[in-house]
Amino acid sequence: MYTKEVLAHFTNPKNMGKMKNPDGVGDVGNLRCGDIMKLYIKVKNDKIKDIKFETLGCAAAIATSSMITDLAKGKTLVEAKKISNKDVAVALKGLPSAKMHCSNLAADALANAIENYQKKKNKNGK
Amino acid sequence: MTANSRIYLDHSATTPLDPKALRKMQPYFTEKFGNPASIHTYGQEALKAVDEAREAVAEFLDATNSEIFFTSGATEANNMVLRGTMEKRIEEGNHFITSKIEHPSILETARSLEKDGFMASYLPVDKEGRVSKESVQKAITKKTVLVSIMYANNEVGAIQPIKEIGKLIRKENKKRLKEGLPEIYFHVDAVQGINFLDCSVKRLRCHLLSLSGHKFYGPKGIGVLYKQEGVALKAQATGGHQERNVRAGTSNVPGIIGLAEALKIANKNREKSSAKVFELKKYLIQKIKDQIPNIKVNSPESDNKGLPNIANISFPGAEGESILLKLDFAGIAVSTGSACSSTSLEPSHVLLAQRLTFKEAHSSVRFSLGKHNTKKEINYLMKHLPKIIEDLRKMSPIK
Ligand SMILES: Cc1ncc(COP(=O)(O)O)c(C=O)c1O
Ligand code: FES
Repeated sequence: MYTKEVLAHFTNPKNMGKMKNPDGVGDVGNLRCGDIMKLYIKVKNDKIKDIKFETLGCAAAIATSSMITDLAKGKTLVEAKKISNKDVAVALKGLPSAKMHCSNLAADALANAIENYQKKKNKNGK
Repeated sequence: MTANSRIYLDHSATTPLDPKALRKMQPYFTEKFGNPASIHTYGQEALKAVDEAREAVAEFLDATNSEIFFTSGATEANNMVLRGTMEKRIEEGNHFITSKIEHPSILETARSLEKDGFMASYLPVDKEGRVSKESVQKAITKKTVLVSIMYANNEVGAIQPIKEIGKLIRKENKKRLKEGLPEIYFHVDAVQGINFLDCSVKRLRCHLLSLSGHKFYGPKGIGVLYKQEGVALKAQATGGHQERNVRAGTSNVPGIIGLAEALKIANKNREKSSAKVFELKKYLIQKIKDQIPNIKVNSPESDNKGLPNIANISFPGAEGESILLKLDFAGIAVSTGSACSSTSLEPSHVLLAQRLTFKEAHSSVRFSLGKHNTKKEINYLMKHLPKIIEDLRKMSPIK
């Protein structure tokens, strides 16, 4: 049911774990099936310098988490914000239709983390 | 354990066909292919075999031949019971009672009957997944004509107090006869009980019972409906006169032969195989308790409350489908009640009925053992499982 790419990211997820002193944190939950995801970013010169994730969920949730960190790393915030759930699914060579919602989780978490970073920045008046 | 050998711990989903049953079936695909409804020798040869199989099933259930009806499986038998009796007896009463933990072949049919205007009561269960006799009593109304409760649950293995409910309904029916109220039929979905439990319909005091071949080392696509003499039921599949007008359609002769043979074997080995799998189950649960912190056993652990072969266990902080896949990579087959693995994205209705939290249901794994499993296989499982749980918990944002 899963593509080789999904299984590869599920088995060996990239950028997995907690980040110390992140610049932005995205924290999202999936109301439909109970999965949760946390995404941490470090930003330098408006670029995502480092990114990490923690996910409790199915293989698709873990694989999309891993893939989106891969896609976002090194991108400018403007570029990273444009990464959609479809982009993640395509990069994974497709997801079963019942699992498309898991990719929303990843895209939402990234958008959420960038927003969190920008809010903090504005507050600090930088 | 060699790297490419696989371990099957999902016997509640299905079991391998017993080789002896297969050998009995084989001639009925080829040289003895006749249709038992035919009058010629080919037909009569097949009919004789079907009659003998019917006799064996009747003997197993403590019933008579004319009370045994072959179906395409327990799903069909369950549909026949719910729809067939409710539709037939609509003038007498429109209410039936079942439980929240039934198999979808009961629950979905019940919901569909509700849409058609029938009234249903869904009984709750306790923390161990068991229905109480008292709740059955309380749910009975003047309009009740059917009670359908499973013998043992397929997800957690909780054994239901069928004999007590049977007694209660019999007593109730005696009263109702005097009061001019409709008789209540008692149906038991016995699918998960066949390998391990007493299935005498006389002792269970049931009017109807369903079973399915592939859960006791018989073939898939064949099942049985036991229907006590005189119980009224409207045929759902209409057509030819097969199965005495209760279930039309050419008989699945090889399936019937295989089912009867597997049933004989199951009956002969019942005590020995129950004791053996129960020892293994206890061993597995103890190992998990010893080696993995923060787990929850969702199956009754005593053998009079739970099937000897099912251990349903939650590993909060890890998700069930992920556990299942990682075990599968290691060559081990299990199943899960996680929302992520169901197409509806709802966690197991059984675990929720047992009032597990969402998080617990999300992390549940069902290990269902069979007669061929060994201690060595459990040891192999335990070489992988603790690490899998630890890794997934490490990945989770909530520790
Ligand atoms: C309790 C229970 N009832 C009914 C069924 C359906 O049986 P079948 O696969 O023969 O349709 C199953 C098995 O899936 C079951 O476990
Ligand atoms: S996140 Fe639950 S189905 Fe994927």
